[in-house]
Amino acid sequence: MSKEPIPASAYDMDHAEEVEERRTLAVLVDNEPGVLGRVVGLFSARGYNIESLTVAEVDRGKHRSRITIVTTGTAHMLEQIEAQLLRLVPVAAVIDITKSKRGIERELALVKVAGKGDPRVEALRIAEIFRAHVIDTTNESFIFELTGASEKIDQFCELMEPLGLVEVSRTGVLSIRRGKDAG
Amino acid sequence: MDTHTLSDQTQSSLDGARMTGAEMVITALREQGVDTMFGYPGGAVLPIYDALYSEPSIQHILVRHEQGAGHAAEGYARSTGKCGVALATSGPGATNMVTPITDAMMDSIPMVVITGQVPTHLIGTDAFQECDTVGITRCCAKHNYLVTDVDDLARTLHEAFLIATSGRPGPVVIDIPKDVQFATGTYVGKAGVHKPTYQPKTEPSDHAIRDALDMMATARRPVFYTGGGVINSGTEASKLLRELQEATGFPVTSTLMGLGAFPASHEDWLGMVGMHGAYEANNAMHDCDLMICVGARFDDRVTGKISAFSPGSRKIHIDIDPSSINKIIRVDVPVIADCKAALRALLEGWKARRLPKPDLSDWKEQIDKWRAVDCFAYPENDGAIRPQYAVERLYELTKGRDTYISTEVGQHQMWAAQHYHFEEPNRWMTSGGLGTMGYGLPAAVGIQAAHRDSLVIDIAGEASVQMVMQEVSTAVQHKLPIKVFILNNEWMGMVRQWQELLHGERYSHSYSESLPDFVKLAEAYGAHGIRCDDPAELDAKIMEMIDHDGPVIFDCMVEKAENCLPMIPSGAPHNEMILGKISGDEIDEAGRKMV
Repeated sequence: MSKEPIPASAYDMDHAEEVEERRTLAVLVDNEPGVLGRVVGLFSARGYNIESLTVAEVDRGKHRSRITIVTTGTAHMLEQIEAQLLRLVPVAAVIDITKSKRGIERELALVKVAGKGDPRVEALRIAEIFRAHVIDTTNESFIFELTGASEKIDQFCELMEPLGLVEVSRTGVLSIRRGKDAG
Repeated sequence: MDTHTLSDQTQSSLDGARMTGAEMVITALREQGVDTMFGYPGGAVLPIYDALYSEPSIQHILVRHEQGAGHAAEGYARSTGKCGVALATSGPGATNMVTPITDAMMDSIPMVVITGQVPTHLIGTDAFQECDTVGITRCCAKHNYLVTDVDDLARTLHEAFLIATSGRPGPVVIDIPKDVQFATGTYVGKAGVHKPTYQPKTEPSDHAIRDALDMMATARRPVFYTGGGVINSGTEASKLLRELQEATGFPVTSTLMGLGAFPASHEDWLGMVGMHGAYEANNAMHDCDLMICVGARFDDRVTGKISAFSPGSRKIHIDIDPSSINKIIRVDVPVIADCKAALRALLEGWKARRLPKPDLSDWKEQIDKWRAVDCFAYPENDGAIRPQYAVERLYELTKGRDTYISTEVGQHQMWAAQHYHFEEPNRWMTSGGLGTMGYGLPAAVGIQAAHRDSLVIDIAGEASVQMVMQEVSTAVQHKLPIKVFILNNEWMGMVRQWQELLHGERYSHSYSESLPDFVKLAEAYGAHGIRCDDPAELDAKIMEMIDHDGPVIFDCMVEKAENCLPMIPSGAPHNEMILGKISGDEIDEAGRKMV
């Protein structure tokens, strides 16, 4: 057994040894100028990770926007992220979608694939299996629209790679909790 | 904030009134009870200055550098418990304000900073004296605003005061473009202004108080570890802390920011905790079985080595900011509340349970043994004045008076914390979290502006004070009789000390080859200068300083190579303090990498 390294001060607190978890957070904010900057600035200033981030106004009347952030960190770091987000004045609520175990996550992707002959046919066949829609086509290209969990989109892109994958545009993760209640 | 508040009648008559944005600023300040502000004019705030021209109820202190305005507002806030207000122009005015904003953020000082901005149609064009003030201050202020519509201005001003002064206090910046200052709009009063997403929790939960009391009832080696939060919570919090201590008999230590909340003359006062804190305080923190943290945040200057921090204790943490809980140190009972609400609940709970004053005689006997080490002892004056002696004499000669102390940052700051003693809160103004050299002199200006008849002393170092020396001119102009008491050792003393400790006595660029003649400098500013280098003359000269009716620069020439001890070297636990002398091998490789 190797001896656990002892941090000498707060500067030395190293969470690298601890297990990192992936979390999806829904951050409900007042849609005011600079609010996204505050959230993103907090993550960079305190050294937290952002894997994906989406934002849009969801309630025009109340000027409420929903920011969905996928982040990774140790349990301690995740606890801090939530607390630090709540310190921001325009942040109304932070919902840990992953922790609630009732979360649904979806991502939308637009995938451009170019090719002729067999690869083109194969691309179309795979798209059908993935329930992707063709939203634009030329004689030598398709644009597919695909929704699903991030892993599904990863997998789709991987399969398209040898078939002429040209470009991918993804929304990042959106999330909501199951059941009748909000939040 | 009650003296200058407009009567309800005037207030309601103003609600809905039409006026310019600049007039709204002044009206809102008056309605918020602001009697003093600190600022520096410039192109983008001229309309506000014009509105101020005919406003007799607000004292405006004209500083010499915007940083001075910010620190003066901090000193004003810290010494009165009210919100500090600073005003600066766009561009360089705003960027010069960044240091005090950050300082106020780190030390949780309520402050509203108003900055001018270029007209809205020029924003983003790299106009003259334009900078992205809200972008720059976003990460160093509690909140900030760019107001682009004059009809939003009054509400924003009131919201800024609400946010700055409630919850965990902090600085709020309002950036106002010049055209918005000129535009006419509708004023709204402060009544009813609220921010739905901002609802700080101030009352403790019952179960947290119950759990805390359970621990307190059975503790045998308890200690109160108090911080700046007790000061921020108001004088009532200090009073409740004293009552709770009286009921429990628990010994008390405090962070640098919390000095004065508990009287230094009390038999259960342990002195300051932390890197340059008292031996008895640090050992009590290390060996206690229950630590009750009240409004402090386990800063690295307090904890030392995290893994060896108070290993055998259970910990209660009272803090108004939930993000402080478990940030550095895991605690057993978090109490999220305003200090005074939590202290009141604990005191009432303690009384309701009819708990007797516990027998802590073994613990206090141990504390007395640590006390007997006399960790702040220093060698006799050996020709030159020892800096500790200078602070001690200053304390002895001023303690009976109505005195406020500010400091710069460095060795002199720690000597002041060690050798000057406080009985009351709001008497000690220092830059704790950010460690801003140049804080103390402008802070003294702000304190004196709030307490015209009190004795206000900036215990300074010759290096720090030169960063803000020009503010002596402010003191002279506004007849603020501040006393700048410089412990002059010609070195950046703390830098020198660390170079001795960590870098083999290679004193790289920490000696000031040329220093001004501070006495002549004082005279050049129209202040009074005093120099002392003889211990025998010190008392008389300090009295001369106190008795002089006007600003004084006191150049106290002290022993040059004195180190600030005791000290917990970086990376060491609380019970491994350096007491007498630095040998140079106290700090291991890991410790050398720290600040």
